[in-house]
Amino acid sequence: MILHTVNKSPFEKNSLERCIESAKDGAAILLIEDGVYGALNNTAYSDMAQNAMKTVKIYALAPDVQARGVGDRVLDGVELVDYNGFVDLAESHSKVQAWL
Amino acid sequence: MTDEMYDEEGGPVKKFLYLNRKAPYGTIYALESLEVVLIGAAFEQDVSLLFMDDGIFQLKKGQDTKGIGMKNFSPTYRALEMYDVEKLYVDKKSMDERGLSADDLVVPVEILDAAQVADLMEDQDVILSF
Repeated sequence: MILHTVNKSPFEKNSLERCIESAKDGAAILLIEDGVYGALNNTAYSDMAQNAMKTVKIYALAPDVQARGVGDRVLDGVELVDYNGFVDLAESHSKVQAWL
Repeated sequence: MTDEMYDEEGGPVKKFLYLNRKAPYGTIYALESLEVVLIGAAFEQDVSLLFMDDGIFQLKKGQDTKGIGMKNFSPTYRALEMYDVEKLYVDKKSMDERGLSADDLVVPVEILDAAQVADLMEDQDVILSF
């Protein structure tokens, strides 16, 4: 199974949208850098992420969430991971696909 | 022009708008804009800042960059007042799309609709885009 990473804001690029469309059931999506804006509740893209979580697991890199001051806005169901968690995810998946 | 303003050394005062549309940290635009605003403040010009699209996130309260090893420059927006940079505007649609209100931001701002943004831009001598 693939670990997808997304490092662009969904408001600026369609990376997260394309990633979700291309992810198989059971895949993992890790939001990093400006990608973490895709993990927020009450935004124009919250529904997209919420729906995706019916079939894929979404993670967000905690240091990037905290840097941007959005820790209190993360969607229910999104799991926060630290850098070690990032490494574990990379290690436990067969491939990493980076959506830039 | 009869209403032209002059600074202390007799040079003309122009209206500068800094248009900020990028999120902080992911790219260098936000920090570079702030640097230019601070440099420009020394020239006593009539400065306005407008935040649109992901640029709104530059002003989000609660930023803590310890975990990413970058400088948290969000407190600097609160210091702009000391440089007589007091006209801070945000685009309403950008706020709504991100579920943000004025209370979520580190500085007091004026919220503008699309027509007001157009007027603000039209009113400037110079627009610097980041």
